[in-house]
Amino acid sequence: MKKLINRQPNRYARWFLGLLPFALLLAIYIGASTARLAENPDDPLLPSLTQMAEAVERMAFEPSKRSGDYLLLQDTLASLQRLGIGIGFSAALALIFGIANGAIPYVRATLSPLVVGISLVPPMAILPILFIVFGLEELAKVMLIIIGVTPFMIRDMQQRTLEIPEEQIIKMQTLGANTWQTITRLMLPQIMPRLLATTRLALGTAWLFLIAAEAIAATEGLGYRIFLVRRYLSMDVILPYVLWITLLALVIDFLLNRWSRWRYPWFHATGQ
Amino acid sequence: MAMIEIRNLWKEFGEDVVLERLNASIEAREFVTVVGASGCGKTTFLKMLLGTETPTRGELLLDGKPIPEEPDATRGIVFQRYSVMPHLDATGNVMLAGELEASRWLGRVFGAHRRRLRDDAIAMLKEVGLEHALDKYPHELSGGMQQRLALAQALIKKPRILLLDEPFGALDPGIRRDMHELVSRLWREQQLTVFMITHDIEEGFALGTRLWVFDKERLDPQAPEAYGARITYDLAVGRDDTGVLDDINADVDATARTIDTQTPQPTGEHS
Repeated sequence: MKKLINRQPNRYARWFLGLLPFALLLAIYIGASTARLAENPDDPLLPSLTQMAEAVERMAFEPSKRSGDYLLLQDTLASLQRLGIGIGFSAALALIFGIANGAIPYVRATLSPLVVGISLVPPMAILPILFIVFGLEELAKVMLIIIGVTPFMIRDMQQRTLEIPEEQIIKMQTLGANTWQTITRLMLPQIMPRLLATTRLALGTAWLFLIAAEAIAATEGLGYRIFLVRRYLSMDVILPYVLWITLLALVIDFLLNRWSRWRYPWFHATGQ
Repeated sequence: MAMIEIRNLWKEFGEDVVLERLNASIEAREFVTVVGASGCGKTTFLKMLLGTETPTRGELLLDGKPIPEEPDATRGIVFQRYSVMPHLDATGNVMLAGELEASRWLGRVFGAHRRRLRDDAIAMLKEVGLEHALDKYPHELSGGMQQRLALAQALIKKPRILLLDEPFGALDPGIRRDMHELVSRLWREQQLTVFMITHDIEEGFALGTRLWVFDKERLDPQAPEAYGARITYDLAVGRDDTGVLDDINADVDATARTIDTQTPQPTGEHS
């Protein structure tokens, strides 16, 4: 018998073991929900799967009685737009300033302390300032995401740029490259897959800020909806919304990973 | 006039003396191999030739002028590792120098110019025996093939000086012999001045026209860094003396090759 640390589950066992905790959680939930509903059929805290399916039906596939909109679709599009603009701007800023900081010592000496300083400010603490300065509309929510994730993305991109082997930077110069060419032909292409990796990590934080901002001031959006129906203890809406947000996050992460593997095969092959 | 002149050169890092009182000159088309213990300043000296380190005292002259204090296209280099760009395939790596020269802002060229660069790159890759790996990325190549690619990439820029920093240190002995033949051939054909660091003294003897040993003449066991290394041996070695016959052969070969680049010919592995 091999030692436990040397024993590997086969493919089927890995699937089974991976799905097991999910199945267990689901079973525990169904058990608890059934028990509570048996005691009081109007109990809102642990809705049955049927109740949740009805809520999804109502939110996703029937137009709202008040506005005639499909609420889940409307919320999803609103949230994804904010998230997309926010994370897109953050990634672009991180790319520009991260590479500039990493590549040019004079820029790094000037901007790096500022970036570190800004990254230490807790973004939620300045949310009121954002609402005062940018109003309660879209801009403030997008700004919260940008302020929340950009500084650490810039720091990460700066670090990745500095990690490009010195040998390659010298090599570029011996091939006749000037500073700009070294950035565009060596650093930029090598940093792009790393930017995608950092963006995947930053998305978790971005969702946090998005939902926080929507909870405080919004008229649509996934976070707004969750905090709205909380007033009526509508767990049958909240739980499917949370699952939906998780699924969206999973899909975005999967797509970014696929994109990175498709565009930058050399990056993934070297095991970095 | 000597191509490279070293006059009373010192290199110190704070209290530590790395090199002291170096005096030498290198003629064009010499192949200097450098051996010596680790920490004897071989790499520091190479970095000064490259321009990433500057002498503390003394002069390092290229064509009578101080050598430029940053890397540029006069000096090509192949390091032991990380010499090729991992994000470009073999052809892309070799085309890089031409693209950088042709397009100052984009660093890329298109159309007929691109095809011409591509043809040149493919000819160069054939020269180093990589004709079967044109669209392979470096991570798909073995260590020896990566170094062949690095040589092709450096040499297509036609540098006057080729610097080699233990380029074959990480390769298997058999592969290393192949690489020696390749480097000797390229050195003769392209009329290069080569400066190569190795810690394999046999390689140093077999490959160069001139062998330098960097060593500390004065060594204080309590403070080994108190005195710097010097060139303790400066020997003419190798069968490839810059004799007349070889010169003629090289010239003829180079001409033949220039003519021949129009029609692809199988170069084959030299083993």
